[in-house]
Amino acid sequence: MIGGIDIVTLIAMLMTASTPVLLAATGELVVERSGVLNLGVEGMMVMGAIGGFAAAVATGSPVLGFIAAALSGVVLALLFGLLTQVFLSNQVATGLALTLFGLGLSALLGKPFEGVRPPPTTKLDFGPLSDIPVLGRILFSHDWVVYLSLILCAATWAFLKFARGGLILKAVGENHDAAHGLGYRVVAVRFMALAYGGALAGIGGAYLSLVRVPQWTEGMTAGAGWIALAIVVFASWRPERALIGAYLFGGITALQLQLQAAGYAIPVHLLSMAPYLVTILALVLLSAMHRNGAQAGPGSLGKSFHASR
Amino acid sequence: MKRRTFLASSAAMAGIAASGAPAFAQADPLKVGFIYVGPVGDMGWSYQHDQGRQALEAEFGDKIQTKFIESVPEGPDAERSLTSLALEGHELIFATSFGYMDAVQNVAKKFPNVKFEHATGYKRAENVGTYDARFYQGRAVQGTIAGRMTKSNKIGYIGSFPIPECIQGINAAYIHAKKVNPDVEMSVVWINSWFDPAKEADAAGALIASGVDVVMQHTDSTAPQAKAQEAGNVITFGQASDMSNFAPKPRVTSTIDNWAPYYKKRVQAVLDGTWESDATWGGIDTGMVEIGEITDAVPAEVKEEAEALIESMRTGEYHPFTGPLKKQDGSDWLADGEVADDGTLAGMNFYVDGITAEMPS
Repeated sequence: MIGGIDIVTLIAMLMTASTPVLLAATGELVVERSGVLNLGVEGMMVMGAIGGFAAAVATGSPVLGFIAAALSGVVLALLFGLLTQVFLSNQVATGLALTLFGLGLSALLGKPFEGVRPPPTTKLDFGPLSDIPVLGRILFSHDWVVYLSLILCAATWAFLKFARGGLILKAVGENHDAAHGLGYRVVAVRFMALAYGGALAGIGGAYLSLVRVPQWTEGMTAGAGWIALAIVVFASWRPERALIGAYLFGGITALQLQLQAAGYAIPVHLLSMAPYLVTILALVLLSAMHRNGAQAGPGSLGKSFHASR
Repeated sequence: MKRRTFLASSAAMAGIAASGAPAFAQADPLKVGFIYVGPVGDMGWSYQHDQGRQALEAEFGDKIQTKFIESVPEGPDAERSLTSLALEGHELIFATSFGYMDAVQNVAKKFPNVKFEHATGYKRAENVGTYDARFYQGRAVQGTIAGRMTKSNKIGYIGSFPIPECIQGINAAYIHAKKVNPDVEMSVVWINSWFDPAKEADAAGALIASGVDVVMQHTDSTAPQAKAQEAGNVITFGQASDMSNFAPKPRVTSTIDNWAPYYKKRVQAVLDGTWESDATWGGIDTGMVEIGEITDAVPAEVKEEAEALIESMRTGEYHPFTGPLKKQDGSDWLADGEVADDGTLAGMNFYVDGITAEMPS
């Protein structure tokens, strides 16, 4: 307890609050590293939220729900891939359209699920481990999706850093013409990256509708997808920093509510603004620290690729 | 067109307008429009207004035609939505959120023949009436149950916006909890939104973490109920809608907004041509505020006490804001036995004595 704020609870809370954003940001990071800018994260998340919810309610199994959520995200991501990679449509416009499409379609599909309660996602049972003071609450008191998000973040980091596939992916993102010249299949690599990004965004969305809220309501992602996009930039396209960014954002959000609950007399509007302020501030500081272009994104980010050029 | 034929035809038009208009009005259904601040599926505030709209369709059948626009933000979009409803020929429009107040005023000036009804506002005009429910009566019941049932003596309250309607609720809940349990404390968390499930869930989580075992809410989703259920030993109350999905626990009772009787009355008035702008503030006595079933999770004697309180408010024998009461800053507000008048309540912008939270400015 520091000043009426229970730090252990705060950390435990921020981990659940940050999980959807962390998942979506990790996925989008891989997509952008492959040179594709998909602004449709919000749309994929909200489709994952309804897809996962519907499947979990229909089957009674949250695990199947999360799988269906990943698939919903993948379907939308592949649609984006078809439009931007095959028909070479503008990525920014297509991404924005994807968000609007996802929001509209999910509202339509979600009508029968309003007021329905999903099956509960169980917390993992760590036995005596969760009784350890402080660490038990922070590390061993969550549902399995929280751990999955951490594992995926770590796996993404390792893949980009050590795996041959990761190197190819980065090469495609830095300079797609050169990668093509070396014989790598640019479009195929980007489709795979998009599918991964879609799956993670979908799982992130389902985490909202199945665990964090848990219910389905129209537009319930409420901008989480946009925050994920901002965090990718904040993280300068590195998974380990995406983790810091997501937890920082979630932490400030959780903290401002806890400060109010503890009775601190801080203007509410300032508190509501705080997560965004801190994120922007951190962004500015980071880019000041990386003056030599280390902050810059992948070289081919957002550019269309066609093999004939 | 020659001048003579123009005059003749305009005279004929005027004749139709004078004699035929009432006939048209009867043949054409009355178009009634609604705008909602949240989705109809929020299971709270907007859902309940839509129940009222559906009751209208059931009651009047072919005589009316209704339309609603959901999830309309309280800003320029509200004005656009209201204007488009008016342009489409809706003669009676219900704007169902406090923040639509100025938008309603602006649009009403442009369409003097359209009748507007604004929920929970205080600005009226020739063609703008207001209606509201005395939700604070329900809060008094909740406060009584909360004060009796809390074990930690800490009650949490999730506020939406610091407007009189919410502040009345906080004060009424606190006064009545304090009455039955002098040790009770109340924490307030404002989320600056009527409907944001994820934030409501987090706010409930923060309150529970700070040690409360009763969570009240003035926000529209069932997310706080879900959080309370997860915590296990926390009770909640249905807000706006019954939220009976979460009964018998954590939801132990609810304050239900029942708009159907009012909507029927106003539509009938328009059909009869007797509609006039006025201000309605209905409570338990008019059925506008209903108290949902008090579940068995509440001890029998507490349930009895709550029911007696409901009855005394129904008969008008008891008013939740009866003195002696002081304001938070220690100044006197109501003398012993004095009852707050509606004007003071409608503009309430202070906490009562004993609440430690700070009022957001």
